[in-house]
Amino acid sequence: MSLAGIVFGVGFFISTQAQLSGYQELFIETILGTDGAIRIEDRIQDANVFVAASTTKNTSTNFFITDKNNRRFVEGIEHPDNVIEAISELENFEAASPVIKGSIQLQSPLRKDNGQVYGIMVDEHIAVSALEDQIQLGSIEDFRGAPTGIIMGHKMAARLDVTVGDSIIIRAVDQQRRYRITAIFETGVSDIDKTRVFMHLSAARSLLKKPHGVSFIQVSIYDRDHAMVDAEAIERVAKHFSAPWQEREKSWMQLFKTLQISAAITVSTIIIISGLGMFSTLFMIVMDKTREIAILRSMGYTRNDISNIFLWQGVIVLICGTILGCGMGYLITFAISYLPMPLSGIFATEYFVVNSTAWHYVQAVIAAIIIVMIACFAPSRKAGKLVPGDVIRGTAA
Amino acid sequence: MSEIDVGGQKEVALECRELHKHLGEGETQVHVLRGVNLKLYRGEVSAIVGPSGCGKSTLLYLLGLLDLQDSGSILIQGEEVPPNNDGEHTRIRGENIGFVFQFHFLLPEFSAAENVMLPMRKLGRLSPKEMKSRAHALLNEVGLGDKTHRLPSQLSGGEQQRVAIARSLANTPGVLLADEPTGNLDVKNSLMVFESLTRLAKEKGQAVLIVTHNPDLAEKCDRILRMQDGQFI
Ligand SMILES: Nc1ncnc2c1ncn2[C@@H]1O[C@H](COP(=O)(O)OP(=O)(O)OP(=O)(O)O)[C@@H](O)[C@H]1O
Ligand SMILES: [Mg+2]
Repeated sequence: MSLAGIVFGVGFFISTQAQLSGYQELFIETILGTDGAIRIEDRIQDANVFVAASTTKNTSTNFFITDKNNRRFVEGIEHPDNVIEAISELENFEAASPVIKGSIQLQSPLRKDNGQVYGIMVDEHIAVSALEDQIQLGSIEDFRGAPTGIIMGHKMAARLDVTVGDSIIIRAVDQQRRYRITAIFETGVSDIDKTRVFMHLSAARSLLKKPHGVSFIQVSIYDRDHAMVDAEAIERVAKHFSAPWQEREKSWMQLFKTLQISAAITVSTIIIISGLGMFSTLFMIVMDKTREIAILRSMGYTRNDISNIFLWQGVIVLICGTILGCGMGYLITFAISYLPMPLSGIFATEYFVVNSTAWHYVQAVIAAIIIVMIACFAPSRKAGKLVPGDVIRGTAA
Repeated sequence: MSEIDVGGQKEVALECRELHKHLGEGETQVHVLRGVNLKLYRGEVSAIVGPSGCGKSTLLYLLGLLDLQDSGSILIQGEEVPPNNDGEHTRIRGENIGFVFQFHFLLPEFSAAENVMLPMRKLGRLSPKEMKSRAHALLNEVGLGDKTHRLPSQLSGGEQQRVAIARSLANTPGVLLADEPTGNLDVKNSLMVFESLTRLAKEKGQAVLIVTHNPDLAEKCDRILRMQDGQFI
């Protein structure tokens, strides 16, 4: 009974953790595929270059933004090439793509919609995102060859009731132009699919009237877990505010962490309950075997010898339980990954996503070990502490 | 307070001085042993007789270090046993003391031979092979040479008790303590068990102490100790 509990507990532990971390993994993949590992944005306002910055004459307006550390920022990146050159020295640096961003209004024959335009350089942007794989209709090649081509999110396309090949009017600042839809993408993140429109950097420059500089630089790196450190290094080297994905999606990452912990606790209660079962079973065995214990003690078996006999019972249950439990966890995880589970919103998937790591198995086994050992400890000690004289007096009087 | 001391130059195997023991708690507390003095000699069989409830078993458990006395001391082979030292008591039990109880206390999961081997295994002085042959020899001596592989449940009461005797002798203890070893047996079996016990003890020079209600058996012992109200008389 207790064995079954431990098997199920360990099995469920592993499979729930695998699912949660599967979704987390997918989420991270989605983030990296859309907004990239690190985004370099506003320039940090340095006292020395303050004058230079504010006197740069261009049509875009420079705002001073103050963050919570009381650092001041100048919106945008004036010299993206310098920044990219500086950060490409970083060991973990993979690729960078300068982007101009702006608000737009879209007008199809039937409807109007608001959106965000991203002016990109095709090859650079493909290198820092999964844009190429996200294309649903049309192709990147069509976009590359069309100066007035755009790539539109599939939700937006659906709302505007347009498709590849259609042309559409986009308004920004105080002008409007006609563009042709060359491709439609789907990221799975509905916010992006609803609002984002890609066009060529030069086209965006003229539409938004931003002849110099870019809004941000999207950076991809080799080791995504190193992003925090790299972002700090970028701030230091390039003097621009930069946000690693962990920080941008902090609340989501915390949600995943919380879910994982709460699932671990919930599932651990299965193990705890079987631990309680073991505790009482073992206590009953000890009570049942007092004579045998007394006689072994009378032969010279020590308290520890006796305790160990009972601890061994626990260890045997534990070993069988964790081995079977790990096997079961593996099977459940495997089976779940074939369950259909269409989902989109913060990410898109058709099946349950699982991601098992050895760490989940280790955690489950550790939880089982701790609980079983606690459950066995008291009965075993009790067995060792029996006074043989009392037991024998009680039975042979 | 009585001191019983027979025999001249014989070697003392176990001695106790002024043993006191209370049992129970509070109102129901009983002063079971009221100053017991005793010497057991090697190669001698002593019997304790006395009315039920006078404290015979209690004394035996104290002598066998299965329980703790309230006061008084116990000396084994001339050395005082440190009171309240479970580890030491356990060691002495394993090396120097053999027990036979009214009930056989064989472990039901093990065969006769394995039961006899249990004390040897703990002591760890013999190789598994030696243990096995010694267990067979001991069972042979109590007349069970052909039943070594049987489980306790497949043996009669007298046979079970003889296995228990073989087990108590496993580590050649200096002192053998038996609490009504024949209590559950008929006359014929009682005699057989008693004979095995005393013969083996005599051959190996052990000190034997038997608690018994059987006057015939007591008569056969070298010495009879009469007990009443927690004292020897
Ligand atoms: N747990 C206990 N609490 C209080 N008194 C007890 C307890 N156990 C035993 N006694 C008392 O201690 C006394 C001695 O018991 P003991 O078993 O030593 O007697 P005994 O001489 O072996 O008797 P018997 O011949 O019947 O076996 C008895 O009077 C008994 O009632
Ligand atoms: Mg008794």
